[in-house]
Amino acid sequence: MAGTRPGRLRRLEPVAFLWIALIAALLVLVAAPLLKLLLVSFEMQETGEFTFQNYLTAYGRQRYLDALRNSLLLGMLSAAISVVIAVPMAWAVSRTDMPGKGFTWATVLAAFIMPPYLGAIGWILLAGPNSGWINQVWRAATGAEAPLVNIYTFTGMAFVIALHSFPLVFIFVKSALDLISSEMEDAANILGGGTWTTMRKVTLPLVWPSILGSFILIFLETIALFGTPAIIGIPARINVVTTQLWQFFEDPVRVEVAAAYAIPLLLITVGLIAVQKMLLSRKGFVSQTGKGGERRQVKLGPWRWVLFGWCLAVAMLAVVKPLMVLLQASFAKAWGRGFSFDNLTLRNYRFLLFEHDMAPQATWNTVWFSAASATIAAVLALLVAYIVIRRLMRLADALGFLAMAPFVIPGIVMAIGFYAAYAGPPLSLYGSALLIILAFAARFLPIAYANSQAAIRAVHPEMEEAARILGSGRLHAIRRVTAPLLKTSLLGGWLVVFIVASRELSAAIFLVGPRTRTMSVLLYDLTEQGNFEVVSAFGGILLLITMAIVGIGMKLVGRDFMLRRE
Amino acid sequence: MPRLVLSGLTKAYGPLAVVDKVDLTLGEGEFVSLLGPSGCGKTTTLRMIAGFVDPTAGSISVDGTVLSAPGAVVPPERRGMSMIFQSYAIWPNMTVEENVAFGLQLRKLPREEVKHRVAEMLAVVKLDKLAHRYPAELSGGQQQRVALARAIVVKPSVLLLDEPLSNLDANLREEMRFEIRRLHDEFRITTVYVTHDQAEAMATSDRIAVMNAGRIEQVDAPHLLYARPRTRFVAGFVGRTNLLEARVASGTLLLDGVSLGPAAQARLPDGALLISLRPQAMAIHEARPAGDGLVLEATIVERTYLGEAWDYVVQPEGTSLRLRAAAPPLEAHDVGRKVWLAVDARQVAVVE
Repeated sequence: MAGTRPGRLRRLEPVAFLWIALIAALLVLVAAPLLKLLLVSFEMQETGEFTFQNYLTAYGRQRYLDALRNSLLLGMLSAAISVVIAVPMAWAVSRTDMPGKGFTWATVLAAFIMPPYLGAIGWILLAGPNSGWINQVWRAATGAEAPLVNIYTFTGMAFVIALHSFPLVFIFVKSALDLISSEMEDAANILGGGTWTTMRKVTLPLVWPSILGSFILIFLETIALFGTPAIIGIPARINVVTTQLWQFFEDPVRVEVAAAYAIPLLLITVGLIAVQKMLLSRKGFVSQTGKGGERRQVKLGPWRWVLFGWCLAVAMLAVVKPLMVLLQASFAKAWGRGFSFDNLTLRNYRFLLFEHDMAPQATWNTVWFSAASATIAAVLALLVAYIVIRRLMRLADALGFLAMAPFVIPGIVMAIGFYAAYAGPPLSLYGSALLIILAFAARFLPIAYANSQAAIRAVHPEMEEAARILGSGRLHAIRRVTAPLLKTSLLGGWLVVFIVASRELSAAIFLVGPRTRTMSVLLYDLTEQGNFEVVSAFGGILLLITMAIVGIGMKLVGRDFMLRRE
Repeated sequence: MPRLVLSGLTKAYGPLAVVDKVDLTLGEGEFVSLLGPSGCGKTTTLRMIAGFVDPTAGSISVDGTVLSAPGAVVPPERRGMSMIFQSYAIWPNMTVEENVAFGLQLRKLPREEVKHRVAEMLAVVKLDKLAHRYPAELSGGQQQRVALARAIVVKPSVLLLDEPLSNLDANLREEMRFEIRRLHDEFRITTVYVTHDQAEAMATSDRIAVMNAGRIEQVDAPHLLYARPRTRFVAGFVGRTNLLEARVASGTLLLDGVSLGPAAQARLPDGALLISLRPQAMAIHEARPAGDGLVLEATIVERTYLGEAWDYVVQPEGTSLRLRAAAPPLEAHDVGRKVWLAVDARQVAVVE
């Protein structure tokens, strides 16, 4: 039998075993936590009986419903502000002769790598109603009693969130604009459309999907965001879904209620992404032809200074001012006393590095958790992307679907799923490094996957086929040909996952134990104690680590590795 | 009054003049091609006509009104022209109908008239059944028709086409060539057509302006351009030819000592000159043909079969000349064979 058929079976490719291993890994990382989350939401605590009681509890109080409504409003407001901030910037950088494009680019990058909770702390120092810098200056200048701005408000919170979300809009919209050939606009010009008409009727509608997409993405990130709502919202008595979930985790931990309460987040996310797909289904939004894709800059005349002023203002609000006050506070004995020599001290840093019992441990945890999860995500993503793109297996698409699924799962929901699935018996992983690493890897798998996909698409299959016809096996060909070609872009993906993992708070806060706290969690704990000088110093250390990694990435991978659209 | 006049039109980037003192006049309803190799300045010239590029010197006027002069340029949107781009540039977010209606809506025409004219136009380009499709759902040729419809429906004063067929495959290209000419015959819109493909220019144009290195070398009707090239560049760029150094001695045109008969056509003075002799101006015979035309004894040196014709290289007796001569597929002659070469002296063109 085997002799009559030049057996495909006898030469079963090792890829088959790999495929099974990958399926298992993805089930553990993605499918099991989600399934468990759903199951737990219908179970009685202790007994495990089927019940709807959790849902009744989760939605039975006005306070919980208010939190849900607050989250939705906050998401919309933050997304709207982000769009308003970023679209003019993206248009200016991509299509016009505005000066200072490098500066704008640096602003976006800086706002992007700055953890949102650090920005929130910076803005508490800037716009706290009593001692915030802006209000101090305002009172000194005008003699007024009332503060000029108050960060402890709903709009204040939305604004701070937007200041660190707008880079997503910028990246999406700019890359969409970059794809539009100038001829699209020329065609409108010659038919009688001026610069503004053309922008309104042709250019903006063409990037509408990217605006909508980034709006939805920011909405989703905001409703799943824990740090800023916890730091600003709790003192301001504004309850949102994430802070409410956190309260369900306070003793006694009510996972099943939290699970029931988290389900709408999941449904909203899945629903919105479906809506987005539907809205954009038929229209094409990329120009159809490759040739004639020349891009020229729109000449703005004096308007270019107006746009530059806009970018400058965003830079001040999102990066320069918060960083300045954080830096000042980190070197100050008491931040409210301002810039003076007798207020200067290294005490905060010394305290954290040498005296604090958790800070060095948390720093080390952050570095190695991030590195480990980035490695797991990158390897998994590479293998899955390879199998999916080269169509090596039937059902390869199922793998791809699983790898992308965490994209539509809010991080905080993911964390609760991991808690429900693995924290208790039989595995009892609660508080272990493994649990956090796996959760991070799962959470950021889509980033690594999209990165690998793009990288593999760029390598023509004939590159490998040339190796195989010369006698190399598939895995050998991957190792010798494909992998070296992919090296830089994969490194880029690894670094991006490392950076986002190193500042992740929403997922970590539900999973850490006493010895496995990360810098982000410790930073949040320090904030709760209200010692802003020490918090700022710790934030400074976190930023330093992040900047070092970003610097390495820029050197090895290229300037734009963080800001590519994936 | 001529519709479009370019006079002394120049575009320089620093010391480099990419368009150099171009003069060209188009009559009402005329179809003129700018033909030349890439980098010859034809697209820049077109973009100056459209108002996307400012001239360094010279001017562009339409119906006697100056639209472009150094430092004073009417922007594209106020020129009343339209243009078809290399990438078609049809907007993927609008349906076929919306694309075509765009220019009319900007002209603030009543809704009913827009609808009516769009429908009419789409019928002309045979897209009436696809009016509600999006560009992504159309083939390349159909997208091209949308671009044509969108440009023509506004009844522009001048229609500009920038290599519109270069993204299509060969068969479709041929079809669209005739389509463009058909639409021109129907609407008589004054048209400037930029291309590097001479067959395209020949098939569509009333006149062709051959451009090289920023200058117009010759403007003529397509058949005259072929038969009477005036410069070495035009002779070489338009069709294939034999460029030969000849002499005129006492009224006779001599080619490497062989007489091509009296140099009557232009009453040339004695001395050296350059002539262009098309491969099609020669016929190869195995026996000496009758008649009193110019006949040379020659040897077949090389041959290549090109499908539509043979491409022979022949050497006239007593010379070191190598002439390319074309012959129909069934006239096969072996290499080395002695033949008679009949030369049509009327097709000998003197070039600069």
